Amino acid sequence: MFVARSIAADHKDLIHDVSYDFHGRRMATCSSDQSVKVWDKSESGEWHCTASWKTHSGSVWRVTWAHPEFGQVLASCSFDRTAAVWEEIVGESNDKQRGQSHWIKRTTLVDSRTSVTDVKFAPKYMGLMLTTCSADGVVRIYEAPDVMNLSQWSLQHEISGKLSCSCISWNPSSSRAHPPMIAVGSDDSNVTYGGKVQIYEYNENTRKYAKAETLMTVTDAVHDIAFAPNLGRSFHVLAIATKDVRIFKLVPLRKESSSTGPTKLEVQILAQFDNHNSQVWRVSWNITSTLLASSGDDGCVRLWKANYMDNWKCTGILKGDGSPVNGSSGQPSAMNTVVGSAVQASQNALNGSAAGRYFFPALDPPRAGSRFGQLLPPSTLIEHCDAQSAQTAPPVHPAPPGPVITLPSVPAKTVHHL
Amino acid sequence: NIQNQMCMLNNTFIFSNKYCDILLVRGCPFVHEVRKDEDICSPILRKLFNESHHIFVGLQGIRDDLPSKNKKTQFVSISKNYRSVIRACMEELQQVAGKVEGKSDGSNRKSSWRVSILLAVELIWNLCEVLFIDAAPAGSLLLHLLDWVRLHKADVDEKARDVLQSESPTEHQAYWDVVISYVLQGRMDEARQVLMKQAALQPAARGMFKLLDNLLIKMPIFNPSGAQTLTEFDVKWRHWHEEVDRCLQDQSFASNPHLEVICKILVGDEDVLLEHKELLSTWYHFLVTRLLFSHPIVKPTELHYYAQSSMHMFLDTRSVPEPLDSILLAAFEFDIHQVIKDCSIALNNWWFVAHLTDLMDHCKLLQSHNLHFGSNLREFLLLEYASGLFTHHSLWQLAVDYFDHCPEFGRVYLELQIERVPLDTERKALKVLRICEQRQMTEQVRSICKIMAKGALRNNRLGSALSWSIRAKDAAFATLISERFLQDYCANGAFSDLDLIDNLGSAMLLSDRLTFLGKYREFHRLYGEKCFSDAAKLLLSLMTAKIAPRTFWMTLLTDALPLLEQKEVIFSADQTHELMFCLEDLTSGNCLPKPDRWFPFLFQDEDIDTTKIEILRLALARNLAKAIVKEGTVEV
Repeated sequence: MFVARSIAADHKDLIHDVSYDFHGRRMATCSSDQSVKVWDKSESGEWHCTASWKTHSGSVWRVTWAHPEFGQVLASCSFDRTAAVWEEIVGESNDKQRGQSHWIKRTTLVDSRTSVTDVKFAPKYMGLMLTTCSADGVVRIYEAPDVMNLSQWSLQHEISGKLSCSCISWNPSSSRAHPPMIAVGSDDSNVTYGGKVQIYEYNENTRKYAKAETLMTVTDAVHDIAFAPNLGRSFHVLAIATKDVRIFKLVPLRKESSSTGPTKLEVQILAQFDNHNSQVWRVSWNITSTLLASSGDDGCVRLWKANYMDNWKCTGILKGDGSPVNGSSGQPSAMNTVVGSAVQASQNALNGSAAGRYFFPALDPPRAGSRFGQLLPPSTLIEHCDAQSAQTAPPVHPAPPGPVITLPSVPAKTVHHL
Repeated sequence: NIQNQMCMLNNTFIFSNKYCDILLVRGCPFVHEVRKDEDICSPILRKLFNESHHIFVGLQGIRDDLPSKNKKTQFVSISKNYRSVIRACMEELQQVAGKVEGKSDGSNRKSSWRVSILLAVELIWNLCEVLFIDAAPAGSLLLHLLDWVRLHKADVDEKARDVLQSESPTEHQAYWDVVISYVLQGRMDEARQVLMKQAALQPAARGMFKLLDNLLIKMPIFNPSGAQTLTEFDVKWRHWHEEVDRCLQDQSFASNPHLEVICKILVGDEDVLLEHKELLSTWYHFLVTRLLFSHPIVKPTELHYYAQSSMHMFLDTRSVPEPLDSILLAAFEFDIHQVIKDCSIALNNWWFVAHLTDLMDHCKLLQSHNLHFGSNLREFLLLEYASGLFTHHSLWQLAVDYFDHCPEFGRVYLELQIERVPLDTERKALKVLRICEQRQMTEQVRSICKIMAKGALRNNRLGSALSWSIRAKDAAFATLISERFLQDYCANGAFSDLDLIDNLGSAMLLSDRLTFLGKYREFHRLYGEKCFSDAAKLLLSLMTAKIAPRTFWMTLLTDALPLLEQKEVIFSADQTHELMFCLEDLTSGNCLPKPDRWFPFLFQDEDIDTTKIEILRLALARNLAKAIVKEGTVEV
């Protein structure tokens, strides 16, 4: 089902983030070794590192691409209390020959007094805007008024919260339908401090961001947060990585025309999965928001999918133990190229009551005499994978950052199963 | 490796992702790229996608207001078209499998796996066609089911050929298997032909053979297009059945066990049928044979009863029915929803369920079964299938039509997917652009043009960058590129991409700077064509009408120099005055405008500037004098 291969990233320390560009042809990695690397996909599908440079004087937590309309632009944020914007320029001929490209720093954003934990570009309809959040609980929104000049950024908004921030996500829905909206998660683990996810909305009248909602039910540390692409729906969908995976639906309530306050949101939980049985570190949507991937301290990436009745189910598990993958990738006979020890998949999007997962052992010969045994996977239903079936509470322990996952922004992140 | 192969086929159908899916990072130092297999590249399967796409588009064009009878014929023929595409694909795969036979690289096995899956897909589709789309009534129903079984159990013919071509067919070990197989499929004429060989060799038993032959000839077959009613047929069939039964009671065939078995089959003896499991090979063959000899006028509503009991009788009680069995059983139970659901789970194959469901939906079968969410199911499956296609570097274009026919989310999906198509070449970008333009997707059009413009500029292809930004109607970017053109001109004294700039037309109006670029280039053209007075007029107007940026005035004034130095008077006295105003305007106060970042080289050296200004002043004064003299002179 899945073919995996390892790319020797050659970072000297933990990799914290990996990010695809808009078209899925480039990726960027960042690490505690204070560097960022950019990778380009060749015609043959191989990834080549085309740039690697020291970006910060501390661990680099996140790296993210701007929309290609603004050029080849990256933003990074770090423990060194800064965020930086980088632009690729077409290099000297020498560099070109070596397949290397030049990234130059356009700006350093130094407003934070603590570690900058996340950096995200705003949806492109808002122009070129960059948001950071930091451990002291401040969200900062910067704007480059001249998109041709990436050296000038002005701090437009500063939203101060009480809790240390760990992650931010912009609502990608366009301005005509909704005012700009941003969700902020906190990794403060003190449950008594209340909701760890805040939703802020831009108010046209006051020209400020105001809190629209706090997700009171999310009281544990939040590690990642992601708005789903909107698909023109009237509501928003938000995925949250905390001690489990949660998917929320945020329904804007109709505003009275006289009201100038933020839109009230009705918060509904669509799904909650504790299958990881441990802290969940990242959540990531595919581009049509039909599939959500999550990674956790159990060392697995789990894929979640809704059927047409909007029932969310686990649709695949990838066990990535980081062991080198042998052989050339894409060779069907080399089943050992499947990542990790097992790849499991079920197809239960169709209102399936039996959310069975078929287990595909490697190199199992066809069963002789099976009537159309070829047709179907054997019904060795090894495990059920329902939201309800996971029992034990996850052990809460300070764990090293778990697997980082990212669904590239290329079409149909393919991991759809029925 | 069933599962492995299975997965690959699935990928080809569903995921077909050329790009990677997910990146996993777990600490240092590896990034794991996980992706779907790239098996979609098999050209044969691509043919399947391409051809079924044509059928799909044709199906969407069938008008709602056709009389339902005509529509049914059309739907059945569309269903047959889909099936023949599957068949064609299957045959090609079989050939490929044949060619690579003996190779140990597994590609042979891969092909044969694909074939077997396509075979199953076609089997299910065919049954659905008979039961749901054609919806054959009692009588014809069995005939269709017989065709279905015959089509999918075609190895009889192969065996028969072997037998008949052997030296002495009657001695062939498979002789009786062939005869019985024919009988089990209701192919009486063929069975008789083979039987004849035996009869000829046994003159003593001629009577017995003759008797059986007679029974076979006389077996009534319902003729749906004939005048005969179902009741008449039933009566006739019962008579025949009783006659066969009598022969058995008479022990007419007691001396020949083979003939007796055939007779017992004709009378529908289930135990004897079950003794031939090997020849029947599947429970649904058993079902159809059982119906043929016991209940030839079975009604659609009774099918599920016979199907269930046949399955239980045929299958080992201990063995769990395989997914294919459940799917077929659900079909016999007329539970479309279950069929689609089970197929989705078992086949993991969007191609099949998406197209079948779409066809069912057109036949209005889903609504009646599932109330209001029928069309949602259709759209859900089509969206999934099309999203899979979209990840392929060339098949994505097929997906566009599928999205077009998804009323609820098709448009949004297309918008999201199409802007992610990597724009590797201008050609590809134009292709994507055309699709967006046809659908008035203005935002995507703008975005694509802008990305292309940005990319072209990065690579210093100014002309391309300019034309893309004009297409994007991006004034700011057009301004920037125009400045780059002017900058290049100042540096090299020549324009690149003349074709483009000369033919800007009204596109020139997109930005002031672009207008200036176009006009300035026009000045050069006029000058080159020696239309000096027009050139002079244009040059002056560029300044007086404030089209030229002030930073560029010095260049323009310098351009005026050669015109001022011409023997003939080109600038009139008034025009010269205006030029002087411009120069004074530029140099007045603290004088020179601050060097613009784009034109740093214009004002590199103050000495040069002062010299230049002096030269200009001199030239202007001399021209003014000449002009006054000329204008004051009356020609005699």
